[in-house]
Amino acid sequence: MFWSDWAITLTLFTPLLGALAIALIPKRSEHAALPVALVVSVLGFLLSLGILAGYDFGASGLQYEVNIPWIEAVGANYHIGIDGISLPLFVLSYLLTFLCSVYAYHHIEEPGNPKAFLALMLLLQTGMAGTFIAFDLILFFVFWELVLVPMYFMIGVWGGPRREYAAVKFFLYTLFGSVFMLVAFLALRFTAGTFDMIELTQMGQAGALGLTFQRLAFLGVFLGFAIKVPMWPFHTWLPDAHTEAPTIGSVLLAGILLKMGTYGFVRIAIPILPDAAMDYAPIIAILSVIAIIYGALCCMAQTDLKRLIAFSSVGHMGFVMLGIATLTPVGINAAIFGMIAHGVITGMLFFVVGSLKERYHTRDMATIGGGVLQTMPKMAAIFTFVSIASLGLPGLAGFPGEFAALLSAFRPAPGLADDGFLTLYRVLMVLAAFGTVLTAGYFLYMLQRVNMGSAPKRWLNAGLADVSVIEWGTWLPLLAMTLLLGVLPFLVWNITTPDVTTLLSYFTG
Amino acid sequence: MISDYAWVIPALPALSAVLIMLFGKHMKGKGAEFGIAALGIAFLLSVFVAVEVFSANVQAVADLEEALHSEEGGGGEEGETEGALRPGQSVFDGVMVATTGLDGLRLAAEGEAIEIPEGISSFVNDDSVSLGTLGEGFELEAGQRVDGLAAMMFLLVTFVSLMVHIYSVGYMAGEPRYTYYFNLLSLFTMSMLLMVIANNMLQLLVGWELVGVCSFLLIGFYWEGRSNQSAAQKAFLTTKFGDIGLMVGVVSLWAQFGTFNIAQIIDDATHGLQAGGQTLDNGWLTFGLISLFIGAIGKSAQFPLQTWLPDAMAGPTPVSALIHAATMVTAGIFLVARIYPVYQQSQAALNVIAIIGVITLFAMGFLALVQDDIKRVLAYSTVSQLGYMVAALAFSYTAGIFHLFTHGFFKALLFLASGSVIHAVHSNNMEDMGGLRKYMPATFWTWIIGTLALAAVFPLAGFWSKDEVLAGAFTNGGYTGTVVWILGGLGGFITAFYMARATTMTFFGDFRGHSGHSTDGSVGTPHESPRSMKWPLIILAVPATLIGLINLPFERFHPTGFSAWTMFSLEYFEGHPAEFVVPLAIGSTLAALLGLALGYLMYRRYREPARDPFNNMGLATTVLQRKYFLDDLYSGVIMHTIRDRISPAIYWMNDNVIDRFVYLAGSSTRALGGGLYRVVDQKGIDGFVNGAGSGASWTGGLIKFAQSGNVQFYAGAMFIGVFVFAVLFAAAA
Repeated sequence: MFWSDWAITLTLFTPLLGALAIALIPKRSEHAALPVALVVSVLGFLLSLGILAGYDFGASGLQYEVNIPWIEAVGANYHIGIDGISLPLFVLSYLLTFLCSVYAYHHIEEPGNPKAFLALMLLLQTGMAGTFIAFDLILFFVFWELVLVPMYFMIGVWGGPRREYAAVKFFLYTLFGSVFMLVAFLALRFTAGTFDMIELTQMGQAGALGLTFQRLAFLGVFLGFAIKVPMWPFHTWLPDAHTEAPTIGSVLLAGILLKMGTYGFVRIAIPILPDAAMDYAPIIAILSVIAIIYGALCCMAQTDLKRLIAFSSVGHMGFVMLGIATLTPVGINAAIFGMIAHGVITGMLFFVVGSLKERYHTRDMATIGGGVLQTMPKMAAIFTFVSIASLGLPGLAGFPGEFAALLSAFRPAPGLADDGFLTLYRVLMVLAAFGTVLTAGYFLYMLQRVNMGSAPKRWLNAGLADVSVIEWGTWLPLLAMTLLLGVLPFLVWNITTPDVTTLLSYFTG
Repeated sequence: MISDYAWVIPALPALSAVLIMLFGKHMKGKGAEFGIAALGIAFLLSVFVAVEVFSANVQAVADLEEALHSEEGGGGEEGETEGALRPGQSVFDGVMVATTGLDGLRLAAEGEAIEIPEGISSFVNDDSVSLGTLGEGFELEAGQRVDGLAAMMFLLVTFVSLMVHIYSVGYMAGEPRYTYYFNLLSLFTMSMLLMVIANNMLQLLVGWELVGVCSFLLIGFYWEGRSNQSAAQKAFLTTKFGDIGLMVGVVSLWAQFGTFNIAQIIDDATHGLQAGGQTLDNGWLTFGLISLFIGAIGKSAQFPLQTWLPDAMAGPTPVSALIHAATMVTAGIFLVARIYPVYQQSQAALNVIAIIGVITLFAMGFLALVQDDIKRVLAYSTVSQLGYMVAALAFSYTAGIFHLFTHGFFKALLFLASGSVIHAVHSNNMEDMGGLRKYMPATFWTWIIGTLALAAVFPLAGFWSKDEVLAGAFTNGGYTGTVVWILGGLGGFITAFYMARATTMTFFGDFRGHSGHSTDGSVGTPHESPRSMKWPLIILAVPATLIGLINLPFERFHPTGFSAWTMFSLEYFEGHPAEFVVPLAIGSTLAALLGLALGYLMYRRYREPARDPFNNMGLATTVLQRKYFLDDLYSGVIMHTIRDRISPAIYWMNDNVIDRFVYLAGSSTRALGGGLYRVVDQKGIDGFVNGAGSGASWTGGLIKFAQSGNVQFYAGAMFIGVFVFAVLFAAAA
């Protein structure tokens, strides 16, 4: 079958080819990069929808699987495939890139240069998507690292005033983590004799890996993933990177890049090293809840709008990690839903904040001075809607993942409960629920400072244009998804459940 | 069955919300017509549903009586000559005790359990569509549970909402955000009905949160003003704080019963079971129920989370009538009533409810005495009346929801009447009113009806429901009940007094409309409000007067009255919590009349606030004006500390401790790594590190590409990692 053999490969390398094509566009007609990028990203998105359409939702296990030798010297294979855990993130990455290439028509930050920018964006797309479909640790690592480069340049070249510092910090911090991850991968190779994630999972669940080894290897991958998520206290690169990144960079960073970390936990750390996961789960849960409360408190202290949204990611990813740390199917499903929801909602928030910054030329809430409801009613309405979604209002996408995470924390995996951690998890659940109040608090405080009140005189005649046609085009799909996923969360959960259940059979018995 | 289509009732305002959003601005009525039409149809449908449900329930009671009298009935064995009841005896002889469990009806007078024959049951139309299952009983359902309670709530919500919609056409005329306003009204009504119709706790929670956000948006409707913004935030955050309890409670019940389904939770709990057929753990159940009730404390403005409700008066007055008097704030009472048989399994939870209710009903009435804003007087009276409902629930399901029902009508009436006054004088402040009965007769008389109903004067609506609360507490409540009865009776006096004060200050004496509080400075002669505002008042005055008659506390009315209509189920049918005790009723009526008379006499010659006796009580005035210092505690201490002290401190730590550490680690690695790189590189690498090296050098190539100037540092960092880890793994192997 041509399609089932080639679908992922085609989809995966379409953006890369697009990036090459854009690189070939002569400098003087660099604006031709916009339509090329749009066509390529639409094509990629359509291909990913094709994969979605051909996916067998009832089944668990890999589909569209390809496994051929790649670097035989080290035993690395080109092993790709897609399952219910990969699929939503895979499609989301194509959707966001597509929307970003639309948004690029509206605005690209200084110094412009759409050619380079869009080529990097498409390169980034291949890296992101590759991470979610790689089933060979080396292949995974290649895609994982591939993501760093374009994002580094996006922040470093198109970013705000402190772009260089932010870019280097982002790069080094993530790299620091991935080195430990790589060593753990190599250790797995030398201990278990393979880089193949499916085989490793089977071995891990069959108890073929010793506990001490698991603990060490877990520590290695933990550092890699935890920094990427980012978990508290490894999060300090994030506010800087987000604050300085251009809008599209922020959207993709929040929308997809952070999920690579949580995906790594779900795909690699937990299934391959289940006994260690059991050991570390309570610690992860504690760090997650610290992240929720800590992130919310930091948000409350912000005066910079973009930095506030950046810190909100710390808290939201805390809910995702809390779900993961319960080691239950409900928790992992909650986590995957949380990743998707956060991608949609926070991606949208960064779009809006980016557009506000583009118009007001500042990110400082005091300078904006309130009254966006007055100057740009539609923008303000969208901002309110997305903020309310982000603070977890039922009926919108932020709620199901958050609620399911809380629910799973009340009843973590039997093994954790047997080890006497039940009370700990329940206390954490109540604290996390308290975090939702703090979250509501900082979002309302933000809306009060930005949206409400009377606009300062200087903005009334500043010719601030309300939401443009291109912006509507970019945002409507995300706004619709925010509502749709909130009302029908099983659009995601029906995809994820079979594989999550299989993956967690080790813990559920 | 018409109740099969009960789900249409919330769907209608949902539809109108969408229509208003899409077409509202282009319509002749700017979208109001969609809302009014939707609510009109929804109300009609609610009437049909209510008729079906109520008559089925009355029939069920009649069937039960018949069965219990007949030879074959009551599960009697053959040859038995008597039914469970003697000829001429009714199931309503004696006082029904609510705590009957599944033993069936119990005649308290005789102490006998009556078994309910198969095939006879109260009306329940419980149906749902599954939206998916996540495993472990996490099932998402969109469902409807139509029974007496839901039917009653449909009637109340759709009727008051319809009146408020019509009224708003006049009240909000000329408002620039008119269409947006009606959009929110529809959205709110949809959310409220979604909660009322819920057949599972999760849907209830969804509706509960949605009404909260609608309330937030409507309180902050005039978002230009700072105090309105704060009021909206305060309302949302305070109720959200309570929602921690709701969320924990819902999750805890889910963990205990393995489902969100209300019917199943009730069924298991009343059979003493929990998930997996285990025996019910009562301590755990109590934890869940009290957690849920904390949600009710927030939403229904009970002590100590009541502070948001008076501030919520910042919203448009019709909104105060609908959301902050008649419907949303009763959500907490509805929540407890919705799973009432489960609450009956935990006396501890019921005790907590009684205590919170009685504190609220008694303490919050006093605060109304020092208010000069007419809406705030009503707001504190709402808080206090909600306290009556909550306290009532500790003893009786019927008493609690009956007071909820009657209060909804007369309090909506009072708010709309106050809105009519505000509309006329352009001020909330009673300083700017006075003598209005001459100018606004319709508003005056409907206000008087509302006041008398609220003060529980015979035979208006409030009299019957408050009597039911107090008599029920007195008869069934033991020691706590006696406390509720005494404080509730005293509270009735206070209620009557502050309502008389407000009435006198507003409608009697001379018009003081030029004292400068009014928003536009110049007020001419006040005039009666337009028809669209007047008629809702007149229509609402009818139920405010008469609605109490549906539940006359005499035994012959029990099988056909409100308590039968809205019974939870035959097993939990209360008949009537208490007999009508004439002296008690006379006593509370006298207290109310005394309060009214005293209030009128004291404020008849009212001129200025400085001479208001309640403003000259020294410490007591301060305590009341500072609202028992709870606001100072929440806003001044807690919120201020978190937002302006802890948050900046945490953030400072973030930048100066955690991030500093990262920075130091980075720069020291740079120094160390530079040296190590040369050593490791030159000395060669052993076999194990070789593998790592290939990956690392590949990555190194990338980094060189990234920023070639710092290659030593990157490589150094990596080799540090490799080295440390290699040692660790070697040790492990």
